[in-house]
Amino acid sequence: MAKKKSLTAKKKVTPKRPMIIVGMGTCGLGAGAKAVLESIEKELKKQKQTADVISTGCIGLCSHEVLVDVAMPDYSRVTYSKVKPDIIPQIIEEHVGKGNVVKKYAISQMPLNGRGVKQYRDLPLFDELDQNKNQVKVVTKNCGIINPEDIDEYIMSGGYKALEKILTKMTPKDVITEIGKSGLRGRGGGGFDTGWKWESTAKYVADQKYIICNADEGDPGAFMDRSLMEGDPHALLEGMVIGGYATGSTSGYIYIRAEYPLAIERLKIAIRQAKERGYLGKNILNTKYSLDIIIKEGAGAFVCGESTALQFSIEGKRGMPRTRPPQSVEAGLWDKPTCLNNVETFANVPIIINQGAAWYSKIGTEKSKGTKIFALTGNIKHAGLIEVPMGITVREIVFDIGGGVPKKKKFKAVQIGGPSGGCLPESYLDSPIDYESLKSAGAMMGSGSLVVVDETTCMVDMARFFLDFCTNESCGKCPPCRVGTVLMLDILNRITQGEGKEEDLDVLEKMSDEVRTMSLCGLGQSAPNPVKSTIRYFRDEYLAHIRDKECPTATCVALHKYTVISDKCTKCTLCIKNCPVDAISGSREEAAFIDKEKCIECNLCYDKCNFMAIK
Amino acid sequence: MGKRKKQAAKEEVIDLSKAEEILDNYEGVQGALIPVLQKIQYEYGYLQEETINLVAERMNISASEIIGVATFYSQFRLEPRGVHIVKVCCGTACHVKGATKITKEFANKLNVAVGSTTEDNMFTLEEVACLGACSLAPIITLDGNVHGNMAPDGVGNIIQETGKHGSSK
Repeated sequence: MAKKKSLTAKKKVTPKRPMIIVGMGTCGLGAGAKAVLESIEKELKKQKQTADVISTGCIGLCSHEVLVDVAMPDYSRVTYSKVKPDIIPQIIEEHVGKGNVVKKYAISQMPLNGRGVKQYRDLPLFDELDQNKNQVKVVTKNCGIINPEDIDEYIMSGGYKALEKILTKMTPKDVITEIGKSGLRGRGGGGFDTGWKWESTAKYVADQKYIICNADEGDPGAFMDRSLMEGDPHALLEGMVIGGYATGSTSGYIYIRAEYPLAIERLKIAIRQAKERGYLGKNILNTKYSLDIIIKEGAGAFVCGESTALQFSIEGKRGMPRTRPPQSVEAGLWDKPTCLNNVETFANVPIIINQGAAWYSKIGTEKSKGTKIFALTGNIKHAGLIEVPMGITVREIVFDIGGGVPKKKKFKAVQIGGPSGGCLPESYLDSPIDYESLKSAGAMMGSGSLVVVDETTCMVDMARFFLDFCTNESCGKCPPCRVGTVLMLDILNRITQGEGKEEDLDVLEKMSDEVRTMSLCGLGQSAPNPVKSTIRYFRDEYLAHIRDKECPTATCVALHKYTVISDKCTKCTLCIKNCPVDAISGSREEAAFIDKEKCIECNLCYDKCNFMAIK
Repeated sequence: MGKRKKQAAKEEVIDLSKAEEILDNYEGVQGALIPVLQKIQYEYGYLQEETINLVAERMNISASEIIGVATFYSQFRLEPRGVHIVKVCCGTACHVKGATKITKEFANKLNVAVGSTTEDNMFTLEEVACLGACSLAPIITLDGNVHGNMAPDGVGNIIQETGKHGSSK
């Protein structure tokens, strides 16, 4: 993808030439970054301008993609949002050519350290934008800033210093103590104490030990790990080598989803560059320590995010979890001691080593230290990737950073932790986000997906969606998960079809507990969470489906009555035009009316209505 | 089953040299089965009986075990796929924003069920768990290119534009 660059060329701190930086994460590419990049290159040639065109990863403002930054020599870096190829000529002519910011499209500026930069007037700073104000960018500090395909940019921003420090000044034991003191807990969902895990791996003696990075981010709605790997792949590598040194590992694996081709590509480049510079491979930085890292592509199985299943998958087998003990730290991959951590966990490590455990543990709450990256999506104004200190409230995330629910709709709930997590209703807006509080509220940190749901989303359907996902992804080894989730899904399907019975709720609750306690691995144990938490907080909605055979949000198609809510009807006549059997009457003056005799319940009117006026 | 037989007859003899080459590269590597199958599928489009038998012989793993692995992971297919692959993301964010409507529209327009291929072998329609570009929900990928903020109305256009480029891949 990227052109090969000479790796020895050191970058100058102040660019003498203008720089144009395009956000080329998956979000950016999806929004059309490729076309923008092409038009930049074309336009530069046409206007006879010279500039360094660089691609970078995700900066987190995903709803503003395509993002293009322009940095003129000695001036701060200006961010343009929602860039389309047709405004590129203007930006290049005005900004690159004459040095004037195109105010209409610019959203912010970033003075970057050590560049003696002059700021523009009347342009807010990037960190002062509403969606960035409450964020603490520690782990994602490089994402969207540096070029992830250039190791020099990572080194210039302080990269690989932590590795140098531990290899020259610290023993593996020192490293483990430091990580333990920092209070870092696994970011993959479980919240396991990282220092403890490393210590347990280190204490076993074996000829081979493995360190594995779990990058099998299968959680629907989560993309933190993807963005980190696309935006700052060297941070992950550095963290892994430090972890490898601390635990005495002899080889490393990154197990990554095949659905993330760009992340795989960038990691491959990063590994190659790190090896060339001696940060990876044999005798790292001329010390006795050697570690090689191999990328293993997953083949599409959610359950492989479970540690033992992941190890079987690396061994080339079906990814089915096994009973524990023995724990992975004792006998994991190929029955050797194995330490397995998540991408974000590893990315935290260099920061802790550089800044010290004392500094790190000041961020966050008593039991949950540091920051957490969330993928904020769903019905929210500023969707994107955010990094916040632990202990922040749901309200701050949804309303201050996320900008609230768009289109004047009402906030209903936030779904945290994907299929293993749960929904938190409005009453929990002020509860803090940390491992313990979420658990007691019936949700879970999970890997960090945060989906905001507004009043038009049916919670029963939401629970059904997650359970459907889990039944599909169940590996089939243990019956509580294989059979239990299917039976629960049957009940939910019945309820959404209008055939629910009053006792269904009790049965669902009872089965939730049974599946949770009896399943073999985390997938089954947490699969009932979305059902349980929606019954807990939205029982009314379930009852409306069961007793009144009505879906309050008009989501469940089988329960549609095909009547027009005249208050909501704007008399746009769109439904009338689309009805295949002419069952709808009405005009620009008169609200629509559906003739039940003629209606064939094709649902087209409901789909077409922009105002939710048909139920 | 009958359909597969017909296909096998049509395809005549399969050139196994590429599969042999892949297997040579992984000679003696621990746990190489999944990457080998991935490379073979990339090369041949899907996993044919012949290639599976070859892998079984060369890697000393029984063919049934290989089928066990291949059917466990959603990436592997035992049937040929269409020229263009449409993947509709069904992650949470996409679901909330109406991904099911997109899938339905594709299924209608292409006259194909989810998970199968059109009769002219041009399109395969698939659902995937999450593509990780949730802020652009609902999204689809067409031959690996991401299309964000999809609306049911845009489906027809995408199909038409892709169809215009013919069967080249």
